[in-house]
Amino acid sequence: MDSDLALQLIIQGILLGGIYGLIALGLSLIFGVMGVINFAHGQMMVMAMYVSYWIFVLLGLDPYLSLVIVAAVIFVLGYLIQATVVNRILDYPEAMQVLPLVSMGLILENFALLLWGPDYRSPQTALGLETLWVGPVMIDVSRLIAFVLAILITVFIFIFLKKSNIGKCIRAASDNRTGAILVGINVNRIYNTSFALGAATTAAAGVLLLPLMPLSPHLGHDFTLTAFIVVILGGMGNLLGALVGGLILGVAESVSTLFLPATLKHAVSFSILIIIMLFRPQGLLGGKK
Amino acid sequence: MKRLYLLLAAVFVILILLPLFLDNYALGIFVMIFFWAYVGQSWNVLTGYTGHISLGHALYIGIGAYATTFLAQTFGLTPWVGMFLGGVIAVAIALFLGFLGFRFGLRGVYFVIMTIAFAELTRLAVSHIEALGSFTGIFLDFNPSFYNFQFRGNIPYYYIALGYVVASLIAVRVLEVSKVGRFIVAIREDEEAAQALGVNTFKYNMIAIAISAFMTSLAGAFYANYIFYLHPNSLFGMSMSIELILRPIVGGLGTLFGPIIGSIILTPLSEISRAYFAKGGLEGLHLILYGVVAILVVLFMPKGIIVYVKRALNPIIKFSKET
Repeated sequence: MDSDLALQLIIQGILLGGIYGLIALGLSLIFGVMGVINFAHGQMMVMAMYVSYWIFVLLGLDPYLSLVIVAAVIFVLGYLIQATVVNRILDYPEAMQVLPLVSMGLILENFALLLWGPDYRSPQTALGLETLWVGPVMIDVSRLIAFVLAILITVFIFIFLKKSNIGKCIRAASDNRTGAILVGINVNRIYNTSFALGAATTAAAGVLLLPLMPLSPHLGHDFTLTAFIVVILGGMGNLLGALVGGLILGVAESVSTLFLPATLKHAVSFSILIIIMLFRPQGLLGGKK
Repeated sequence: MKRLYLLLAAVFVILILLPLFLDNYALGIFVMIFFWAYVGQSWNVLTGYTGHISLGHALYIGIGAYATTFLAQTFGLTPWVGMFLGGVIAVAIALFLGFLGFRFGLRGVYFVIMTIAFAELTRLAVSHIEALGSFTGIFLDFNPSFYNFQFRGNIPYYYIALGYVVASLIAVRVLEVSKVGRFIVAIREDEEAAQALGVNTFKYNMIAIAISAFMTSLAGAFYANYIFYLHPNSLFGMSMSIELILRPIVGGLGTLFGPIIGSIILTPLSEISRAYFAKGGLEGLHLILYGVVAILVVLFMPKGIIVYVKRALNPIIKFSKET
């Protein structure tokens, strides 16, 4: 086997894994706080990609520059979804919680299809095709930027949850809902904010992905699944686990292209999922919960 | 209760006579109503009665459809037999999935994702198997005969689909009142309490998933010989899994008639709106409509439409409080 190629694939996997981690971070945050699985996660990300795409096409603003705007837009979307739908279903049995969010994903996906059609679109961004050689290894500049930004955003979310007032309220509400209400936290609003924050996180990941892959309305569902697998791999509700899981999955999928056709790379992630469910269902970093 | 059976018998007689009065297109809609009612009922056995949510039931439809078609095309085996062999494969896979999921008493999230993963993994596998048509799928030849499970016009399909629904109603009713059924419902209400009372929850969960998978896979054989085209994305895909859970949830989860009521309401809506919107170039709008209906039902009628149907029928039938 060609060791340079393997090295190249490992580095590519790590770079992509950082973004997977960011997508999963949003999902994990939402699950950790409210115990709800956001089945519309990937679809929200695709929405973000379209917003970013149109900002680029219409205003000429590079995705990296529009990142904050897009995150803000999806933040509002997430806030509204939580406020109108998810807050009402928190006390439902699980089977009834699944359907509204699956439906929300269905709505978002087909909304994108209706507005922008089924064609694949790839924006020709300034850095889109730039590459960088490090020894024998070629690195896409946009991948590298995406990775660095993804890690920075992840760190920012960590600090935000640890230090800021809202972050402390979020952690309080996630630890003990009744306790949080007792000390005067408006739990519903904190829930809205958490969902919105999770949505904004995945929106940022979507923007970072935009230069890396062609955009279509049906991308979302694959990313929802990838995010699930990453989250289970790392441990449900464990935010650091999301990053670790993302990196592992990124590398595994990337390296698998050495042995398998690229269309089968998701089979690798599903196999990882089944193995982890067999031997360590609480996830690599998951404790008892 | 006696009046309920009388009412059902009357409905059944009307349905038997209905093809005399309807044209082929209208019969086609009835076929789809029966088909989705049956599939919803099959899913309901697992999710409605045990509370374990499967979002991957497309898997079993796909297995049923592909197994029947493969056996028919390669060995000339009649679908009437092939569908049961497909059922056996579906049960084997379901039991493996169930073993992974139920062994740790995993509920909710984990189980849901396992079911999705199995369906997706199978979709990917089938997409890469040449003998199963890989990405392009399989076209079925049209050789109408009873042996081939293929017919001209919708009338035979109508009666077969009706037969599926009636058989599933009887099967699920028998299950519901049996000891096994009681145990399964106990698991849904409180798995730990059931276990504490000596119910072997693992065993009964496995029974439920096996029955559900078997029933669902039989629908696959019907689908294959009614649609005549198998494609991995449409058969094993997530949209199929979503499509088939909508009706029982809208109708009333964990109830005998919920899937049927849901299908009577949603199927014509979907068939008509799909045709109508696609004509206007508004592809996808019917799915948005679906999503909105599903969310509204869950938010405002979480017990399903069956509650209102019962209330409306109460003067005639006098349901006891418990049912």
